[in-house]
Amino acid sequence: MVEVPEHLLKRSAERRAQLSGTSGEAAPAASTETTPETPADAAPAEATAAAPAAVAGDDSQEITEDRDGVPAHLLERARKRRLAAAGGAAGAAAPAAAAASTSVKTAAPGAPSGTGPDGHTQRLLTVVKSGSIQQTRAEAVDKVHTWPHLLVIELAAALAVLAMMLIFSALVRAPLLGLADVNQTPNPSKAPWYFLGLQEMLTMFHPMVAGVTIPGMGIFLLIISPYVDKNPSNKPDDRKWAISMFTLFLVFWTILVIIGSFFRGAGFNFVFPWTNGIFFEL
Amino acid sequence: MADGNGNSTKLADRASELGGKVTDSQAWNSIFRPGSIFRKGYTDSPRNRSYVVMNSLLYHLHPVKVKRHAVKVSYTLCLGGLSFFTFILLTVTGIFLMFFYRPTDTQAWANIQQLETAVYFGSLIRNMHRWAAHLMVISVFLHMSRVFYHGAYKAPREFNWVIGVILLVLTLMLSFTGYLLPWDQLALWAVTVGTNMMGYSPVFGTQIRYALLGAKEISGDTLLRWYVLHVILLPFVAVIFMAIHFWRVRKDGGISGPL
Repeated sequence: MVEVPEHLLKRSAERRAQLSGTSGEAAPAASTETTPETPADAAPAEATAAAPAAVAGDDSQEITEDRDGVPAHLLERARKRRLAAAGGAAGAAAPAAAAASTSVKTAAPGAPSGTGPDGHTQRLLTVVKSGSIQQTRAEAVDKVHTWPHLLVIELAAALAVLAMMLIFSALVRAPLLGLADVNQTPNPSKAPWYFLGLQEMLTMFHPMVAGVTIPGMGIFLLIISPYVDKNPSNKPDDRKWAISMFTLFLVFWTILVIIGSFFRGAGFNFVFPWTNGIFFEL
Repeated sequence: MADGNGNSTKLADRASELGGKVTDSQAWNSIFRPGSIFRKGYTDSPRNRSYVVMNSLLYHLHPVKVKRHAVKVSYTLCLGGLSFFTFILLTVTGIFLMFFYRPTDTQAWANIQQLETAVYFGSLIRNMHRWAAHLMVISVFLHMSRVFYHGAYKAPREFNWVIGVILLVLTLMLSFTGYLLPWDQLALWAVTVGTNMMGYSPVFGTQIRYALLGAKEISGDTLLRWYVLHVILLPFVAVIFMAIHFWRVRKDGGISGPL
């Protein structure tokens, strides 16, 4: 069975007694409690003047009171607040402040605000750490309208590329050699430029390694790289290894393509383009 | 002189009146949805800027608002968009080329010759198709490098990276199948070198090569096979993967960054 705290039992008993008709004492006290605002506005100076006096008068009785482990200075602060309210309610009857404070203390359980044993109006139920509370509002992101900011850039880029392509195509002709002839093998025969890295490796490895295993491994590594790279940062400083690996791959591949394109002549032998000419068609 | 001025202002009034009637008409308003910049009375306001995207086909590609850093050309270098644009350019020029091309070993090369010499803009369009194809391979490759250097393949974008790698392979295959179609010496022997390499695949090498060539050696059958791959099958597959790729960009929270 759940144990009901003593102060709650006490409060409910008092409430029950009050409802059953013995409201003789409680009613006037409640009226002073519920109407503090109106006179306080009229005479704030008097109220503030009265409050310190009241505190001084009550010091001896109450500040040392430390029930339920509530620190004395908090009790004092709460009492000051109450006194200020009571003093305001008293208005011109400032001399009665000390008496009023004691009456507040005793009559507090009967007040409609439902205060605790010492007139506390709040209780600490639990402390929740700020990090454990789910954020319900997304953080503000600096955004701009797609129209015109993005669409204008895209349109400009598309037009620029189109213009570039038109000019380049008008000036440079696509190659068209003689009719295909199975019986006449050109020397050298080269694959399209993007496969020349593979053809270059064909000179070093068995065709199965150069033509199938290595490109297959390359594609496989590219596909799994986001699942292998567990580093969550995208800052270049935090991912030196990944960046250096990828750069190594790019440089290695570019060098192979360049050698295959420009440094391979008849018989796919190594030549220098400035002595033997270029054997390369796009 | 004054008379001429009066006439011209009258003409301008008539023209603007006619323009107003056209843009007021039911037909015009049925074409351009509310919020379109072509509708009458479009004014530049945040609300209308939203409608321009929200009420148009563009909304399938772009959200109404994007991150400010995503608009910087220096971040993306437009490489993804450039790849897509070259694909569109290749589709348009490719359809033009299809009108003049027969994929048979006796006619293909002659068709290209006729296209270059006897068709208006034939040479220009063929050149554009060829150079745009090379540009697309380069831009797709650079786009991949850009994404890697920005760490943009990391969670939650891992799968979009995988789709990107598939699109890279599709791009290379599209380029390679197109390489054979002119049926000249360059095409024949480049493809011979390429397919010989594939013939060394383990276990199924010979079968793979046969399936690709449609015969034991490169022939007219290969030409037809690669033509179908080049103009229908591979573009079809590429478009599907592109649609997923672009859709995932948005679903994964827009483009990555800033660094």
